[in-house]
Amino acid sequence: MIRQASYGAEARIGWLEWLPFAAALAVFFALPEYVPFGARILVYILFALSLDLILGYAGIITLGHTAFFGLGAYVAGILGAKAGVTDPLLQMAAAGAAAAVLGVATGAVILRTRGLTLLMLTLAITTILLEIANKATNLTGGADGLSGITVSPIFGLFRFDMFGKTAYLYCLLSLFIGWWIVRRLIYSPFGASLVGIRENVVRMHAIGAPAYARLVAVYTISGTIAGCAGALLMQTNQFVGLNVLSFEFAGELLVMLVLGGVGRIYGAFVGPLVYMIAQDQLAKQFPEYWYFGIGLLLVAVVLFARGGLLGIADAIARTLRGASR
Amino acid sequence: MRWGVRLEAFLSALVSVAFHGAAYGMILYVISVGLSVTMGMMGFVNLAHGVFAMAGGYILITALDRFGVPYPLALVLAFVLVAAGSMVLERLLYSRLYTAGDLAQVLFTIGLIFIAVATARLLFGTMQLLVNLPDYLKGQVSVLGRDFPAFRVFLITFSAVMVGVLWFGVERTRWGAMVRAAVDNGPMARAVGINTRRLFTLTFALGSGLAGLGGALGAEILTVQPIYPFEHLVYFLIVVAVGGLGSLRGPFVAALLIGITDTACKYWVPQFGAFFIYVATIAVLLWRPTGLFGVAHR
Amino acid sequence: MRIKHLIGILAAGAALVLAAASPAQTIKIGVINTYSGPFATLGDLIDKGFKLYMKQNADKLPPGVKIELIIRDDGGPNPDKAKQLLQELIVRDKVQFLTGVVFTPNALAMAPLTAEAKLPFFIMNAGTSVITERSPYIARFSFTLWQSSYPLGAWASRRYKRAYIAVSDFAPGHDSEAGFERGFTEGGGKIIGKVRIPLANPDFVPFMQRVKDAKPDVLMAFTPAGRQATQIMKAYGDLGLDKAGIKFIGPGDITTDEELPNMGDVALGVITMHHYSAAATRPANKAFIAAWKKEYGEKSWPSFMSVGGWDAMDAIYYAIREQKGKLDPDRTMALVKKYKNPISPRGPIAIDPATRDIIQNEYMREVKKVGGVLANVEFETFEQVKDPWKELKK
Repeated sequence: MIRQASYGAEARIGWLEWLPFAAALAVFFALPEYVPFGARILVYILFALSLDLILGYAGIITLGHTAFFGLGAYVAGILGAKAGVTDPLLQMAAAGAAAAVLGVATGAVILRTRGLTLLMLTLAITTILLEIANKATNLTGGADGLSGITVSPIFGLFRFDMFGKTAYLYCLLSLFIGWWIVRRLIYSPFGASLVGIRENVVRMHAIGAPAYARLVAVYTISGTIAGCAGALLMQTNQFVGLNVLSFEFAGELLVMLVLGGVGRIYGAFVGPLVYMIAQDQLAKQFPEYWYFGIGLLLVAVVLFARGGLLGIADAIARTLRGASR
Repeated sequence: MRWGVRLEAFLSALVSVAFHGAAYGMILYVISVGLSVTMGMMGFVNLAHGVFAMAGGYILITALDRFGVPYPLALVLAFVLVAAGSMVLERLLYSRLYTAGDLAQVLFTIGLIFIAVATARLLFGTMQLLVNLPDYLKGQVSVLGRDFPAFRVFLITFSAVMVGVLWFGVERTRWGAMVRAAVDNGPMARAVGINTRRLFTLTFALGSGLAGLGGALGAEILTVQPIYPFEHLVYFLIVVAVGGLGSLRGPFVAALLIGITDTACKYWVPQFGAFFIYVATIAVLLWRPTGLFGVAHR
Repeated sequence: MRIKHLIGILAAGAALVLAAASPAQTIKIGVINTYSGPFATLGDLIDKGFKLYMKQNADKLPPGVKIELIIRDDGGPNPDKAKQLLQELIVRDKVQFLTGVVFTPNALAMAPLTAEAKLPFFIMNAGTSVITERSPYIARFSFTLWQSSYPLGAWASRRYKRAYIAVSDFAPGHDSEAGFERGFTEGGGKIIGKVRIPLANPDFVPFMQRVKDAKPDVLMAFTPAGRQATQIMKAYGDLGLDKAGIKFIGPGDITTDEELPNMGDVALGVITMHHYSAAATRPANKAFIAAWKKEYGEKSWPSFMSVGGWDAMDAIYYAIREQKGKLDPDRTMALVKKYKNPISPRGPIAIDPATRDIIQNEYMREVKKVGGVLANVEFETFEQVKDPWKELKK
């Protein structure tokens, strides 16, 4: 299911890796009508990236990553709607900080367990946050969602308008920074130790690597990035609803990542892009068949194409290379 | 005088909460016990268990409304059809993933949930469906001078009988002994000649059939609608995780506790919702990661 | 052969000339409605309502003006999805009107965009009072929960002393609770308990047990229209609240005309207050019901949502007519503030120029058997009620 990561020569950024960002800029100029839609894709890519960090590289199976995303979105939203803190960078910083606190606090406690217990705990934490958001109507708007959020222009200059241009570039920049961080992390000894923990934790202990501490660290970092992504989504939409904490949303994001390919950074780029475009075109016409198709796709990927789209691309590339010899 | 009245009111409320909570808990148990045994036996993370319960509910309602089948027969149909269907699914799909690792199993079962939800919407529409109970199960019965909804009384007694039969089956029959052996130590069980593959298929079918039956019985409490597997998954998982994988008694205790606590919260502190249950779940799992009565071999 | 060619060319030429002579104008109307998910039937009722209006009134448009409906599905109370859909309607499809919207959270999320884009938004359903204040381009053609619950409270206080309120936990529920409480307590009644029930398909039984144990004279309940209303009605019956002497009342959402058949006899005697009942006998309604049944089948019934769709579309046609197809958003809003319709199926309606909200009659109804089927029979009328929440704020 998960491709082997490595470091060393691959740690240098190849030209192919700049492609997504170049393409994103091209879209900004060429397709202005799709810019708001594109901004959302960028946010989901950032979130998928953070999820891949713990799911793909550290091997922590969690259904609760949306807890960080949702917490970030609500913290930033509440600051903007109720506390008068309208500066977007401050809002994101607060969201990241809150997510980091949640990451350390819960990670330290639940990462001592594994398997179903861990899964259950992550689900329980997310459900608790969902319940709080549902009930604390004065803060969060409850089932109606949090509206009336004010986000002031970035640096006082770039306004978030309905055409989404500011939001798009802002999301792209954030994604760039997030990508850079994740990439550095993965192609470092720390990243290698994560793979070691995932593959054989007993041996890691045998060589004296602090597995538990590393896991908590990566969980917190990943959660912080997810929290920032949540704040980004809030600022792009100027709205937060309960769905950011729902199981369905968590499932969708998992599908996006798996579709692209788990355990390889660019799976997180390809998956959400393909999923969102397919959804935009197909789901409007046939909403029920779309849902059915997504389920079928997930089952098919698990049974036949564990590496997702990039895995298939790899296989094709290998066949072509083999054929050309 | 005032104290007497207040005490009487409180005791009366307590009885209500215990009663409705027990009904809810029994349904949760009947649905979740299959999940506990199959997860304990094969270690397969089957998040799609709720799909079987939902299927049972839809089968019951279709049998009652569309085909005019009498209620008891409709219940049997729910059990049998879901068990058979699950056997087919297990042979064709589930069995390929026994050694595939947790992530693959989680993803696969989530995919199954998506498929099931979409299928339910396409076949039955999106609204929740209501059960037309036969007249002899409607209305109220008087037990020890108090009125209780007749159907819920039936639910509790019927589920109790089912549970009794199940426990008897597991404790006293050969099949039950094989199941217990396979849960406790799979490789050893195979070494003494037990065909664990076939045993698992049968047990999976039984567990899923029970889930279908539970879904059919509990159609009033856990309403039958397409998003059923998403809505109630947390509760099924809590029952199993807190009760202990592979155990029979554990989930029973857990289910009753959850049913009564949830009802009590809704009755006395509705503004807190199910918050308390999730916190309690986290607390229990941190104290005993394998559940209250768990078999710690995973 | 040659003559056929000639005729063909002449016909084509004539068509071209005609087309050039009458400049055809297409007005794009964006409709965000609910067509999938658990609440799809509500959206369907609205859809049938406005499409029936369009079919019956095609001649009311100025010559050469065509309407293009761009319909989008929000899937239920999904405010972020609704907002994204609206953004696309504005930026990609360039719509000139927005209408539809079943759910308050969706409307609230979309409001700031309508203000920024200067897009007239005629609401067909969402009923929370505060919505019209969120954008100067919003006009509402449906109802508010205060409009039904506040006079209901006043009416109930004259007959009952102790009331218990049970509402679903979302904005319309909160409005209904607050409106009824104000009306009831101002009339001298006492609210002995309140409970808010989770919106996501709960088991109503523990909540009804709580009500039963509190022993009020009357229970005021509000849930989203449709299935949930039937469920709470069933819980009320199953636990024997009716036999315990607790009267069931509420805004008309709990006994909607299309759901009544599913409720059974436990609904008999339930008293509600609402702005529309399909059983009403005024001529405009009779014509409406006849047209409805002819189009959608003898067994089909409209509900108040269908009338919301009908009337909002009437207002859109009015705005188009008055501006002869050349739409200006500010002019549209100025026109709609003067809108009146004395022959709506629900009775005379108008738009309040100060608040852009609807002014309409509210009727007290009781569920009775009419011709063997359950119906909401009107027995008292409160004329031309303005949204009390805004009135009381003044």
